[in-house]
Amino acid sequence: MLEAMRVLVIEDDRETASFLHKSLKESGHNPEAAFDGESGLAMAREGGFDVLIVDRMLPRLDGLSLVKQLRAGGDRTPVLFLSALGEVDDRVKGLKAGGDDYLTKPYAYTELLARIEALARRTAPEEQTTRYVVGDLVLDRLAHRVTRAGDNIPLQPREYRLLEYLMRHAGQVVTRTMLLENVWDYHFDPQTNVIDVHVSRLRAKIDKGFETPLLHTVRGSGYMIRDGDR
Amino acid sequence: MASGAFRAVATAVAVFLLAAVVIATKLYSDASAALTNEVVAGLETESRLIVASAGGDEAGDLTREIEQRQRFASGRLYLLVDARGGRLAGNLAGIPSELAGKPRGGVFRYAAPGGDSPARQAVALATNLADGRTLFVARDVDDQRRALASMRLTAFLGFAALALLGLGGGYAVSRYALARVEAVNATARSIMDGDLSQRIALAGSGDEIDGLAINLNKMLDRIEQLMAGMREVSDNIAHDLKTPLNRLRNRAEQALREDAGPQELRGGLERVIEEADELIKVFNALLLIARLEAGALEGTIEQIDLGALVADVGELYEPVAEQAGLALEVKLEPVTIAANRQLVGQAVANLIDNAIKYSSGVAGGARVTVSLVRRADVLEIAVGDNGPGIDAKDRERVLARFVRLERSRSQPGTGLGLSLVAAVARLHGGNLRLEDNQPGLRVVLVLPARPEKDRPALTSPHPNIRAPALT
Repeated sequence: MLEAMRVLVIEDDRETASFLHKSLKESGHNPEAAFDGESGLAMAREGGFDVLIVDRMLPRLDGLSLVKQLRAGGDRTPVLFLSALGEVDDRVKGLKAGGDDYLTKPYAYTELLARIEALARRTAPEEQTTRYVVGDLVLDRLAHRVTRAGDNIPLQPREYRLLEYLMRHAGQVVTRTMLLENVWDYHFDPQTNVIDVHVSRLRAKIDKGFETPLLHTVRGSGYMIRDGDR
Repeated sequence: MASGAFRAVATAVAVFLLAAVVIATKLYSDASAALTNEVVAGLETESRLIVASAGGDEAGDLTREIEQRQRFASGRLYLLVDARGGRLAGNLAGIPSELAGKPRGGVFRYAAPGGDSPARQAVALATNLADGRTLFVARDVDDQRRALASMRLTAFLGFAALALLGLGGGYAVSRYALARVEAVNATARSIMDGDLSQRIALAGSGDEIDGLAINLNKMLDRIEQLMAGMREVSDNIAHDLKTPLNRLRNRAEQALREDAGPQELRGGLERVIEEADELIKVFNALLLIARLEAGALEGTIEQIDLGALVADVGELYEPVAEQAGLALEVKLEPVTIAANRQLVGQAVANLIDNAIKYSSGVAGGARVTVSLVRRADVLEIAVGDNGPGIDAKDRERVLARFVRLERSRSQPGTGLGLSLVAAVARLHGGNLRLEDNQPGLRVVLVLPARPEKDRPALTSPHPNIRAPALT
């Protein structure tokens, strides 16, 4: 399991804030909460957080300005924006302001959890990792090659990228929406569960014929690639 | 009724008239002075000649000379009087009363010989001779004066006519303009009173006011269409969101009511969440459509490789198609377009999703074809299936929000898929066409190849709103 994260929730709706606080605690993390932009910024500046959850609309200092100011001070703590705004360009605005991810209300808690865990773990720059290893599954980013137990596994380009994303987040839950956003760069709901079919195709290629399955379905949330019971 | 237009015309007429009067007056006085100078100069010359004819002796007898001259002259008058004013010679009876006390002469009236006109005007020049006699040489200027007077009258009448015509014309023009503006006003008032279907009538002259009316009508079309959209959204929210909300509530109630163990309660809650997620989907789709129909794409447009995008979406659905046992065929041309990648991607995804849904299980093998072709200045993304298709009479109807034909009620989905595609098409200045795929349905998403701002902004994006007739 993941080590506990220090999460700062900056959300003016106390009900939502306390729900997140309670849920994050139950998920094994250490949450703290701020109810307006100014105190949120002050707390964030004290540092020590692994991830910030920032509502877009906050009293005193709105979420966008908060993150802009934080970033101006050189703080690179990952930020997940929460917003009731789902306009076509709101997401872009959020990311431009320095946010790392954007989640529109209403959302599923499992989705939020998966996203902040992915953000908090994103410490090492992706470019520097040349090999992902999960059990006996190896993805070599330089050779663009995937092997399991030494055997070469030929993958389609999209399957490769799907596996790459899953392995980068090995041991973490990855939701369907995260896959759709990060592997396909689509920010819409494709209605049918197309992602599931892509994942089961990939699973057939990497797990079929092996005793230990690596690609797991996490019920109600998404997928996780991990080595056995670890 | 002093309208702004009439005031402007009246001012212009006044300024014009003033200028004309100044010019005419100057011309008249110059002409009059020139004529008078010429007459006076002639009289001076003749006086000198008469005096000279007496052999330089002013006291000499001038009578003969005068009589000789007056014999041939018409309109020429002579009079020689002694120091006491007694007539010595000439064709004037005596010193005219007007000239009494005027040693240099002047204007006077005389009775023309043989004429009944009692008093013709003449100008006299008096020359005092050394022996006390006075010689008057005069010339008839009556015709000249009459001509000048008639000139004056003509000018006056002309100016009066000009003023009347100018003011009358101005009045008529301003009345016409006012009537046109009043028509616009009347329409605006009845719209303010709540009848948004009113439109400003066009005069058909194609002038500025018609241009204004056309633009106002277009603005009204847009407003009406937005209002209709709002009304439709609220109607649909009322109708189509309440049903699933009610279902959600029922499920929660049921879970509570049943003498349920933790397992059943859990199942009940899970169904409630599922129902809530469905509601959120419908709600998001509705909001997105409403937003798209409100316009505003600014800042979200980028140059995208449409061929790659369509291929991408095709690839996204390819495993689903394979799983459903249908053949998905994608035929592309490499084209780029200025568009919102997410929206166009979603539109294409919806089309492919629909095609797969409605054609899977067709006897003899379901088949979905996706193609992208460039035709003249449009790009056509066509998604065809060999499913049951849609009857010609229903094709227009399925583009409306929430319409799901009876036989598709059992399929999952919000019923908003095609409406969303249509909204995306309109937002990009394109449209959506439904065709018979023989068999099956072929949906064609038409997008303009050029970006929005390069095209004239005349076309109404909604085909059901009639464009004002340009006559």
